[in-house]
Amino acid sequence: MGIEVKNLVKTFDDKKIIEDISFKVDDGKILSIVGFSGSGKSTVLKLIAGLLEKDSGEIITTGGEVAMVFQYSALFDSLNVFDNISFALQERKELRNKYTKKELRKIVAEKLELVGLSGIEEKFPSELSGGMQKRVSFARAIVTEPKIILYDEPTAGLDPISSTLIEDYIVRLKNETHAASIVVTHQMSTIKRTSDSIVMLYNGKIVFEGTPDELCAENTEYTKQFVNAAIEGPMKMK
Amino acid sequence: MVRIFKHTYTYKVGKIFAEQLYEFISTVGEVMTYGIEMLKCLKNFNTRFKDIMEQASRFGVSSLPITLTIVEMTSIIIAMQVAEEMVKHGGGNFVGMLIAVLTVREEGAIMAGFAIISMIGSSMASEIATMKVTDQIDALRVLNVNPVQYLFTPRVIAGTIMMPFVVTIASLFGIVGGAIASNITSELSYKAYFDSVWFGLNMHDINVCLLKSLCFGFAISMISCASGMSAKDGAKGVGTATTKAVVWSFVSIVIIDLIFAAAFFY
Repeated sequence: MGIEVKNLVKTFDDKKIIEDISFKVDDGKILSIVGFSGSGKSTVLKLIAGLLEKDSGEIITTGGEVAMVFQYSALFDSLNVFDNISFALQERKELRNKYTKKELRKIVAEKLELVGLSGIEEKFPSELSGGMQKRVSFARAIVTEPKIILYDEPTAGLDPISSTLIEDYIVRLKNETHAASIVVTHQMSTIKRTSDSIVMLYNGKIVFEGTPDELCAENTEYTKQFVNAAIEGPMKMK
Repeated sequence: MVRIFKHTYTYKVGKIFAEQLYEFISTVGEVMTYGIEMLKCLKNFNTRFKDIMEQASRFGVSSLPITLTIVEMTSIIIAMQVAEEMVKHGGGNFVGMLIAVLTVREEGAIMAGFAIISMIGSSMASEIATMKVTDQIDALRVLNVNPVQYLFTPRVIAGTIMMPFVVTIASLFGIVGGAIASNITSELSYKAYFDSVWFGLNMHDINVCLLKSLCFGFAISMISCASGMSAKDGAKGVGTATTKAVVWSFVSIVIIDLIFAAAFFY
């Protein structure tokens, strides 16, 4: 078991953003959380990452690190790629003296190679394209060998080719790390190329749970509307 | 009746006062919350000496040329306005004392404080606010690095330590500036000026000045960091946080100054 969410509830200003949702992701599997903007997808990730406090419910993990890849990478712009990737290893008290500079260089080089960006250690985030920044943030996320990886709209703002590349790296990282991964997205290509299972949120509730094939089969009104990107349907845009 | 009152000038001014009082109280609350968290971090001290030195250089070295210029200019302006009159009325022997006491007790620290807030406080606040609105603070948390420990501790330690250093040098420049201005405007000799300085200044003034500077440094760095951390809503939020840092740092050092004046010189 990688991660299990049970009866999760989150309220902001008396409004329920997440309403009693439950799901499970096994190690080495990818769950996509899909839904329209404002449906509570990113809130679920932030609750799992510990960036928000839940009101009630349970988040059970196998233990170990939880890593998160942010929508706009969130690289530390005053640090170069090397310092960004090795940040946790350099700054966390328990890890600070564990590695020599040479070992850090080796670890960073390995992670960069994994995301296809060897040799850019000295560059600053502002010198990289959006897709490259995203891949550097992947490398930063996996440097502590996490058991759970959370991706918040990993292909947002990228061109189709860069998006495909990012999707490939999500699958590759899953295979390399055997981590349980959760991808928040509303892109059909990301869902099809990366997911083992899917939950669809609407108004903070799960309205569909299944596989990518089941989503594309359009057996429910919700899946039909989402797959066809239809305005008419049970899900109303605010 | 209420509807008519709502359109009056008194109501609008009162509303602005109430809003700003609320903002001041909430800023004090934020500063205290982060202050407590920072104290907890100090218990489990994890900040690198290198990071403190980097911030100290920013606070105390980069800011020095402008700070010295502002304090010196202010002393020169005061000397230009009072020296000639005092010499004319037989008070030439007290010009140095007046400028020195004024600079050490009040003007050196407060003007240096204003300069530091404008240059360093605002840049600290906008830097942290930008990190906040671009999810970099959340990234720190996810990487299990305490943002208060990583961002606040080196800045607040550096600010608190460096402020007395900046104020001391700035005050010396101010006193020397006053001497030059007095000599030029009223032909007061440097000897008469500096004899008067030594006569008028005492250790109590200098100690209070240093203690006050420590408090200024702590308040400026703490308020700037806390304001940056409270930023939200993108670019507008960064601007709001920076303004908040500057405004409440100004207010805080004036309040601290008032407390010191009442406690030590009243």
